[in-house]
Amino acid sequence: MTRESTSQTLTVALMLCGVCSFLVSASAVGLRAKQQENKALDKQKNVLAVAGLLNGESKTEIEAAFEQIETVLIDLKSGEAVEKVGKMPAAEFDARAAVSSPRLSINVPAEKDVASIKKRAKYSFVYIVKKEGKIDQIVLPIHGMGLWSILYGFVALDADTKGIRGIGYYEHAETPGLGGEVDNPIWKAKWTNGKQAFDDDGNIRIEVVKGEVNSSTPDAEFKVDGLSGATFTSNGVTYMLQYWLGDHAFGPLLERVRDGEFAEPQAESE
Amino acid sequence: MAKPVDVLFDPVFKKNPIALLVLGICSALAVTTKLEATIVMCVAVTVVVAFSSASVSLIRNHVPNSIRIIIMMTIIASLVIIVDQFLQAYAFSASKELSVFVGLIITNCIVMGRTEGFAMQNSVKMSFLDGIGNGLGYSIILVFVAMVREFFGTGKLFGIEIMKQSTEGGWYVPNGLMLLPPSAFFLIGVFIWILRSIKKDQVGAS
Repeated sequence: MTRESTSQTLTVALMLCGVCSFLVSASAVGLRAKQQENKALDKQKNVLAVAGLLNGESKTEIEAAFEQIETVLIDLKSGEAVEKVGKMPAAEFDARAAVSSPRLSINVPAEKDVASIKKRAKYSFVYIVKKEGKIDQIVLPIHGMGLWSILYGFVALDADTKGIRGIGYYEHAETPGLGGEVDNPIWKAKWTNGKQAFDDDGNIRIEVVKGEVNSSTPDAEFKVDGLSGATFTSNGVTYMLQYWLGDHAFGPLLERVRDGEFAEPQAESE
Repeated sequence: MAKPVDVLFDPVFKKNPIALLVLGICSALAVTTKLEATIVMCVAVTVVVAFSSASVSLIRNHVPNSIRIIIMMTIIASLVIIVDQFLQAYAFSASKELSVFVGLIITNCIVMGRTEGFAMQNSVKMSFLDGIGNGLGYSIILVFVAMVREFFGTGKLFGIEIMKQSTEGGWYVPNGLMLLPPSAFFLIGVFIWILRSIKKDQVGAS
């Protein structure tokens, strides 16, 4: 069999494919458990950071801090907690993957789509932080378009669902130094000093405004300083809060929370 | 016959893949805003170049000429996937930051260049050393670029604050350009300039 013959070509190609596919699958399967653990920990860390409960980055610290948080999967339309999506247990639900499944997502009507996301999953995880058996905060995942990219993050609300406890993004590709300043701890701290998402009539009022907000600004509790040089990113933050806190998204859930529905421990969906 | 030491260290300064051959520029722009991520990327590239060169060299006498390029691609792609899997398992935050650029090592011209240009003609040991050497050559430039970019772009090194930024209440006004890809072009240009001023034989014919 010479080196350039057809049979040699086929043999070498087949053998190489066999060896390579074995190595690739072995590494993928062998490391999967560890990778999934990393992903889950990362998510928990992001939730804890927004809720202001992150004490340390190590696995044990994150897991200990997360004990006070209940993870609940809800049906966004009704705001009810669900334990299963079709036949899939709630814990396996993946909101990012669900967006590309026609069965698990809906189109956001253009007039409602202020956050420019076009589609969203029908279900969402929410994280309920409890202290001494009572709801302390609710952490909601949010996302929406900035200037260059979709920003993914969380907003933490008070138990009355009106006050904001914190906001934070864990994934975006905005311009470093301008829109990228959404990660700046000083800017994030501006959300934690008594900002209100809703007014007493239940309208969403929170917005990121141009310039600086101080105590003499009218309605200061509804306004947060804009990021200088990043109008689109700042507006993106406003719009995604308007969408996700609104009737088309978490509105029904927040209604139920106000009615005291989630005060009892839910079936853990983790 | 070249000595192993030369094979290993020549690519660092004498025949640097980025500075002399101007290969592998794309990832040098993309992953050099933070030193930590850059170093993970450098290790990943070095591992991939070294092992793909060694594997190609190992089977070089059996590979039919007509399919040699696709054979190299298959080996490189498999190694990149394996490296990516390991990063996701053991260096999760860096792998998140590097995102698609780990996968894009497949298209890094240095890897293919070394397997085709060196490993096909040389022994396994030499090819492995050549791979490590080219990985180091790539790394030295990336680390230099990343150091300058992170330091002047954010006032930090390895994420540790050295100059407090004005946006966080300090005195240093960060240079935003450093965080954008074009700055890496300037820095690599400066590096090549310095290198070629010292080693005149690297200046291309004009």
